Amino acid sequence: MSKANLLDRRAVVSRLLKDRKGAIAVGGLGASTYDIAAAGDHDRNFYLWGGMGGAVMIGLGLALAQPTLPVVVITGDGEMLMGMGSLATVGLQKPANLSIIVLDNEAYGETGGQVSHTAASADLVGVAKACGVLDSRAISTMSEVEAFAASLHDVRGGPRFANVKIDGANLERVLSSRDGAYIVNRIRGSLGHTPI
Amino acid sequence: MHARVETAASWPEEIFAILQRFEVCQVPYVPDAGHSQLIESVLSSSTMRGIALTTEEEGVALLAGAWAGGQRGVLLMQSSGVGNCINMLSLTQIFRFPFLTLVTMRGEWGEFNPWQVPMGSSTQAVFELAGVKVLRASRPDEVREVVEAGASQAYNACTPTAVLLSQRLIGAKVFTK
Repeated sequence: MSKANLLDRRAVVSRLLKDRKGAIAVGGLGASTYDIAAAGDHDRNFYLWGGMGGAVMIGLGLALAQPTLPVVVITGDGEMLMGMGSLATVGLQKPANLSIIVLDNEAYGETGGQVSHTAASADLVGVAKACGVLDSRAISTMSEVEAFAASLHDVRGGPRFANVKIDGANLERVLSSRDGAYIVNRIRGSLGHTPI
Repeated sequence: MHARVETAASWPEEIFAILQRFEVCQVPYVPDAGHSQLIESVLSSSTMRGIALTTEEEGVALLAGAWAGGQRGVLLMQSSGVGNCINMLSLTQIFRFPFLTLVTMRGEWGEFNPWQVPMGSSTQAVFELAGVKVLRASRPDEVREVVEAGASQAYNACTPTAVLLSQRLIGAKVFTK
């Protein structure tokens, strides 16, 4: 399955979240959540184990509520395809502190590797740009990942979108907590909000 | 083309006042004629942000994120949009966050368009199967009380709640050539 010259997803995510400071990271259902967990558990990690298609909208709700903090959505091509309309919603709201990264292996890795639309025809960078997310780019090298990682912390320069073509290898799962109330309350606690 | 009833009702303003009192900040919506007055109030408010969606399920996810970030919200939609939310409504149980939605009903009272009837007929059952408590207001004079109860249990008790605003209350949409 793996092709030469494609980036390793864990290396990409670990670089994106290195020196994250106060950033909140949202991981889409599936391997992206494992990648975020692999980069290190953190009280501002928003792990998703369901709600497919909702990762960008969760990121938007967070970004609007916390405009001074970087909010980073890291998801897969299948999850992004299911919530493609949310790019139009982000394009309309233009949250300057929101960054969206799609780890694009052109497949539904979690269900057996069936090919996704991005393998043949769908261009998510084009979709994001056409939806009004003007800073939308395709990434294929680690130096581009590094540049993007630095830009995440500019909370006045977004929204921004990056599609990273990654190696299709199925890596060992790194399981995060899957208790939603715990995950959300831990983020809230880190922001100074108390339980009801 | 359809004729619009131009007489402003007072209940949308009562809803707006309740949302203000509960410090609601994010108001995602898919437009509906029955919500038009409330949407206008939200869009001209300095404390609330109206967020136009492409599909209603986006609003459920948005409100989960808003809550994680410390803000309250409310989702405005019509009954046909409830079906678009089903899987995303899982988040209300998983995160146990204060989910409130106000739903304008179609397909139940003098409906002209048969396409509105199937989803309008199953709206309440869909919510209940998804674990969302359902309250209903059918007369203008009960809207305030019902929406206040819904907001209280959603925001104070983190009990996911839908308030259905009856088609009888809103008035059936009039279709003319």
